[in-house]
Amino acid sequence: MNLELFIPELILVASAVVIILLDLFVQRKGVLAVTSLIGVIAAAAVTLTMWGGTDQTIFDNRLAVDSFALFFKLLFLGIAALVILASADYASKLARFQGEYYALILLSALGMMLMVAATELITIYIALELASISLYALVGFLKDPKSSEASLKYLLLGAIASAVMLYGMAMVFGFTGKTQLGEVGGAIQATSLPGVLTSPALMAGIVLLIAGFGFKIAAVPFHMWVPDVYEGAPTPITAYLSVGSKAAGFALILRVFYTTFGLPAWLSLDWGMIFAILAAFSMTVGNILAIPQANIKRMLGYSSIAQAGYLMVGLATMGMAPTADVLGRSGILFFLASYAVTNLGAFIAIIAISNKIGSDLIQDFSGMGKRAPVLAATLTLCLISLIGMPPAAGFMAKFYIFSGAVQHGLLWLVIVAVINSVISAYYYLRVAKVMWFSEPASEEKVPSSGALRLALGLSCLGVVVLGIIPAFMMNLAEAAAKMFAF
Amino acid sequence: MSFPYLSTIIFLPLAGAIVIAAFLPSRRDKAIKWVSAIFTFIPMVLSVVLFALFDRSAGAGNIQFQEEIAWVGPLNAFYHLGVDGLSLPMVVLTAFLGFMVILISWKEHLRVREYFIWLLVLETSILGVFSSLSLLLFFIFWEIEIIPMYFLISVWGSGRKEYSATKYVIYTLFGSALMLAGILSLYFTTGSLNIVELTEKGLGMVQSVMPAAPIFFLLLTGFAVKLPVVPLHTWLPDAHTDAPTAGSVMLAGALIKMGGYGIIRVVGMFPQVARDYALLLVIIAVISVLYGAAVTLRQHDLKRLIAYSSVSHMGYVLLGIFALGQVSLTGAALQMVSHGLLTGLLFAMAGLTMHNVHERDLRKLGGLARQVPIIAVVFSLAGLGSLGLPGTSGFAAEFLVFTGSFGSTLVSGIRVYTLLGVAGVVLAAGYILWMLQRTFYGPVLEQYNGVADATIVDRVYMFVFVALIMLIGIYPGILTDVIQLGISPITRLIGG
Repeated sequence: MNLELFIPELILVASAVVIILLDLFVQRKGVLAVTSLIGVIAAAAVTLTMWGGTDQTIFDNRLAVDSFALFFKLLFLGIAALVILASADYASKLARFQGEYYALILLSALGMMLMVAATELITIYIALELASISLYALVGFLKDPKSSEASLKYLLLGAIASAVMLYGMAMVFGFTGKTQLGEVGGAIQATSLPGVLTSPALMAGIVLLIAGFGFKIAAVPFHMWVPDVYEGAPTPITAYLSVGSKAAGFALILRVFYTTFGLPAWLSLDWGMIFAILAAFSMTVGNILAIPQANIKRMLGYSSIAQAGYLMVGLATMGMAPTADVLGRSGILFFLASYAVTNLGAFIAIIAISNKIGSDLIQDFSGMGKRAPVLAATLTLCLISLIGMPPAAGFMAKFYIFSGAVQHGLLWLVIVAVINSVISAYYYLRVAKVMWFSEPASEEKVPSSGALRLALGLSCLGVVVLGIIPAFMMNLAEAAAKMFAF
Repeated sequence: MSFPYLSTIIFLPLAGAIVIAAFLPSRRDKAIKWVSAIFTFIPMVLSVVLFALFDRSAGAGNIQFQEEIAWVGPLNAFYHLGVDGLSLPMVVLTAFLGFMVILISWKEHLRVREYFIWLLVLETSILGVFSSLSLLLFFIFWEIEIIPMYFLISVWGSGRKEYSATKYVIYTLFGSALMLAGILSLYFTTGSLNIVELTEKGLGMVQSVMPAAPIFFLLLTGFAVKLPVVPLHTWLPDAHTDAPTAGSVMLAGALIKMGGYGIIRVVGMFPQVARDYALLLVIIAVISVLYGAAVTLRQHDLKRLIAYSSVSHMGYVLLGIFALGQVSLTGAALQMVSHGLLTGLLFAMAGLTMHNVHERDLRKLGGLARQVPIIAVVFSLAGLGSLGLPGTSGFAAEFLVFTGSFGSTLVSGIRVYTLLGVAGVVLAAGYILWMLQRTFYGPVLEQYNGVADATIVDRVYMFVFVALIMLIGIYPGILTDVIQLGISPITRLIGG
């Protein structure tokens, strides 16, 4: 048992406990944010040292420590760090429970890290619940009616999704008698085609799993919770949900579907086509419903549904050619990284602006180009990246992920996707238009704290770097997507 | 590696934009204008140097001044620049217009800092499009151009400026979305993003089976929106009319040429498909010419009239391209340069007239030749060039397009279509002369007494524009010698 591979996770647990205890004694709550940041950075540093090592497993083959898991762990730690920085102002307004706020962010990150490492169905379920339950609590943190409603909605729908997923797992287990992903896959390949066809349990199980995971990644038709939860949750938590939770969901799907259902080919073609259709619907529905939104958090909620659609193009690609294809998988990884910096950047700018004007309505952002030129410029950059226009990261991400799809005969899906990008330009640019061309409601400048500026600077740097010199991150993504030894 | 001329030309305007953004506050508007002028003047000079240095001898390489650096490894994409006989004139034209619009904008006083930053970024992106030899790089520059243009129209424009700007963006994005799908398909059928390689090896390097025609049309649609080709043209009148003067000059002068340039490149990559569908596209070209000209006749807004005339004139470019002959293609490329100068000057003059007279409705204008004689003379010269008066670049270009198309052997019935296209010139004479007559001649209107004529800065750029138009008109060989070098590899591929 090589417990040293588990040190990053242990650091997070320890930090969470320390923060809750510290909260009881210290008066200056800023210490809590700093402590949690230190925890995250320490965990990231240890994770980084493991990169490039051989693939291993711990806890009796239940958790993998491979480059795929490490890539995502670093991504989650980066996201958590930016969210903590972005929360500094927000959390200081909370009268109580600041310690719990940061501790829950860390625990949720821990859950996501376990999700991407888990190679066994029960472990997957437990990790997913750890991540989710922390988020349910975080969403309701404001305790106003909207936030509470959002939290309850998220909890109820999340519980249903978990149940559906668990049911799917049960069916897959029933069909194969295994819970280890690799062994389940082996059992499926060992079954003859008629054997699979006569038993609907496997197909039903796969469909239920897609439904359960679809909830996490906010794919149509499992997206109903998104707008309300995004609107009601504290904005840093919305940001966290939109990138962290989604990335964890995609990582899970990648591992489960590649390792377990990747072969035989007729099976992967089936679920590949399901993902292709879900992708087309997610993009279209998300983009069209985003157009009339007046609240920017709601709008970004629908936009995140659409982005999930673009990401699922990669899943569909993987389904078309699970063994031959690397572009689809690494495309998802690269897309998730660039989406993380982009969406975090957008949300951080929104946090800074909303803190001052006390509103999330798009019309209230009028004249921000004059009142807060830097915030408006960075938000515009992130919106351009979300559209998928160069020189921002979003363009490279789309180019990369779509190229895989074209390679494996999904040109129709790519055409749907690029036309959707055009539709999305309309509502993203509307925000830019309000900020730059409308008259400001007042001349007052919009201040922002050092922590927010740092977080914003880091994410925008990410957006530009991934947009102009993406090769480094693409190579990392490809190394991670070479995939799973287990 | 020799001096990276192209990178310097492309990125100097961007560097100017960064200098302005970083060091110059809004109130120092004189300094901002001078910095912009310097950072566009140098690329212009360098582009002329490049034009002079371009090796025209028979043994010289087709593509010159190449720069190639590994860039996005996983996508097999390079930072690859270079110019051939086709793109070099476009680079010179863009660098020239880039400097001219700074002079044209010398009187601008609204949000000066942002205005010049966007103009400079715009120039960088257009120059990048014409010099990129990697499709990925090409596409990135192609898309970046949208952002500055969007801001230029919607902040400094007039009329329904936000509507026009949004329409422009949506149309362009729609076109480029299809183009992106086309580029990706091309990449996976051939495994290459290199324009030179794709042209030289053609589809001989096809790896997996994918019909070439759909890819051709995906790419073509993207470029056709930009050119524009009827019926994808409706963004153009709005955008050109509502853009600020400098924006209109850049749009008409350089931006829409990206469409024509792209189409010629696509023809080079898909010579066989181009032959198969040439007739269809020639017919569309003739429709563009005639429809554009007919609509132009009905305009009474000075800028809108010039804008619609572009639709008609770009129809000649399409006609020349899909007649698929050496002469007609050369003519099409020359027509792009010539139209860039002529329409650039027309828009500059229209902008100047509007600026001084505060009126652009032809029904309310008249008799201005007495009050603003210099503007009247230059405006008339540009107009005459635009309708193809011998001695101006317009004549040389249209003559080549029409003789080239008429003599083409690859498209059946091309003579009839060419003759129909020539009718567009007659209509052009109609709307241009009518426009000049309604603006400058007729009874002198009292309310325009004391209106200012061109300033010294105005006279400088007017003179340069007119000199170039005349130079190309009298000795078109200065350009066609170079253009032919870029066209002949393509016509060799087309065969026939």
